[in-house]
Amino acid sequence: MPTTPAVEMRGVVKRFGETLALDGVNLSVPTGAVYGLLGPNGAGKTTSVRVLTTLLTPDAGEARIDGIDVVADPHAVRRRIGLTGQYAAVEERLTARENLDYVGRLFHLPRSQVRQRASDLLERFDLADAADRVVKGFSGGMRRRLDIAMSLIAEPSVLFLDEPTTGLDPRSRLGMWDVIAELAADGTTVLLTTQYLEEADRLAEQIVVIDHGRVIAEGTPEQLKARIGGALLSVRIARPENRDRALGALTPLCTGPVDVSPDDVAFSAPIIAGDGVVPGVIRALDDVGVDVLDVEVRKPSLDDVFLALTGHTASSEEES
Amino acid sequence: MTRRVLWMLRDSWVEAERHLRIIPRNIELLIFAAIQPIMFLVLFVYVFGGSIVIPGFDDYDQFLMPGIFAQTLVFGSAFTGIGLADDLQKGLVDRLRSLPMSRSAVIIGRTVSDLVRNLFTFAVMIAVALAIGFRFTGGAWNAVVATVLLVLFSYALSWVQAIIGLSVTSVEAANSAGFIWMFPLTFVSSAFVDPSTMPGWLRTVADANPFTLVTDAARALYNGNPVGNDAWWSLAWSVGLIAVFSALATRKFSRSTSG
Ligand SMILES: Nc1ncnc2c1ncn2[C@@H]1O[C@H](COP(=O)(O)OP(=O)(O)OP(=O)(O)O)[C@@H](O)[C@H]1O
Ligand SMILES: [Mg+2]
Repeated sequence: MPTTPAVEMRGVVKRFGETLALDGVNLSVPTGAVYGLLGPNGAGKTTSVRVLTTLLTPDAGEARIDGIDVVADPHAVRRRIGLTGQYAAVEERLTARENLDYVGRLFHLPRSQVRQRASDLLERFDLADAADRVVKGFSGGMRRRLDIAMSLIAEPSVLFLDEPTTGLDPRSRLGMWDVIAELAADGTTVLLTTQYLEEADRLAEQIVVIDHGRVIAEGTPEQLKARIGGALLSVRIARPENRDRALGALTPLCTGPVDVSPDDVAFSAPIIAGDGVVPGVIRALDDVGVDVLDVEVRKPSLDDVFLALTGHTASSEEES
Repeated sequence: MTRRVLWMLRDSWVEAERHLRIIPRNIELLIFAAIQPIMFLVLFVYVFGGSIVIPGFDDYDQFLMPGIFAQTLVFGSAFTGIGLADDLQKGLVDRLRSLPMSRSAVIIGRTVSDLVRNLFTFAVMIAVALAIGFRFTGGAWNAVVATVLLVLFSYALSWVQAIIGLSVTSVEAANSAGFIWMFPLTFVSSAFVDPSTMPGWLRTVADANPFTLVTDAARALYNGNPVGNDAWWSLAWSVGLIAVFSALATRKFSRSTSG
């Protein structure tokens, strides 16, 4: 018997006027897992989270939390989830403790339990010293931590984190990663969205790549990297007029299409890593009379995965 | 069912408390909110006071000041829209909508706390009015009834403002959209002059304006003049507006998301 997934989307479609924000998204997150929803701007990450957290009604398809349909019984879904939206949703004019108290009471938890839990969370998220200060003066990292603490006040079984580190400085980002890793270790089911490949790689055990409202790939970080052949070859040649000859020599050695830079001197392509790859490449180019400046074989980053899957890098896409 | 009502009341209180807690922390805002109507009161009374004669009133001040009370309370309703737009823009509305709380509580809590703030402004204004010569010639009881009618109408409009605040995409837009219609609403009325002195079409508008009705009712009560059915009609308007716009605003809230 397969167990009920904590988060499930089946063929979810969401349209905003002309824009097809979600074009049949399928997703299944088992209980206790940390999944990363990875995609560039406008991919449909926030829209997916909003459907799952009952903020938007899907135009077609189904979404369930712990087997409960988000459209049929939104109230029951809301009791089980915690949402940390893309922008820190805190009441700036209250203190950190008052913010926690406020949300806890809206969950209809007993007053004493809210108080205890708020103190624990403030401690855990390193906000104890700032607990009774008005949030207005908080740094971005502190707000974000408070924001997550607020989503955890009722001990949700599923936590949604929409771009939890966007806009944070590198130090706060590292702090946030520790916080999320700790949550994961505690067994909370987490669905986090991110534009940072490094972040998904670091935090998520399973990555779902989304682009233009569709899931285009899914797997562990290792599996995704393996999809482009294990390694990545980059070559620089001396003269652009040798472009076609170099291309002809490299193509048979590689496991995928060879990408050529606009100035015709840099080439990159997936390749099987192994002994003798670099000398083999140099020899092949030498045989056709191409002067080589540089050859490098490296393990791919998730950026390379994204390029291979979508034809564009995750970060360079602004429009669409 | 009763459980749901109980939850709604509790959630509304938690929500109202959020705003009420903030009021004493922002004395500045409160002071400025009170200064503007006082300025209006003093300017109108001293600039126009001497030059305008209203049939049936020996003293223009006794005619004018209830109009300014009414206008001030109605203007105060705009805070509701601005506050909700702010919550929406900051993502708080998304958070609240993802909680297992009553849908209407967020706006009830907001409108009620705004009402408290408006009452404070109103009290300060009354004090100033009394200081510059205004008198409740209709007696205390009538003055209380008049105030309730004005406050209720302002409360009804704060539900209209709630819809505006949830429909626009920024606090600035909520500010403009919230105030812009308040000017014709309050000036094309009986608040400052007798509508019979207005050109024909304007007069028609002023006579049909529910704000005229409410102002007339309050003015008659404050001054101890016969009020006729105006008091009942203005009550009916307020109750009707609340019924319609609270349903619409709650619906709007259930569908609003930031961004
Ligand atoms: N309320 C809305 N009205 C109109 N269009 C919308 C709305 N919300 C999202 N969209 C559009 O739907 C698409 C998906 O948006 P979504 O916010 O889900 O992307 P995202 O992956 O979260 O992007 P980002 O990384 O920028 O947050 C985009 O083209 C966006 O412009
Ligand atoms: Mg987003």
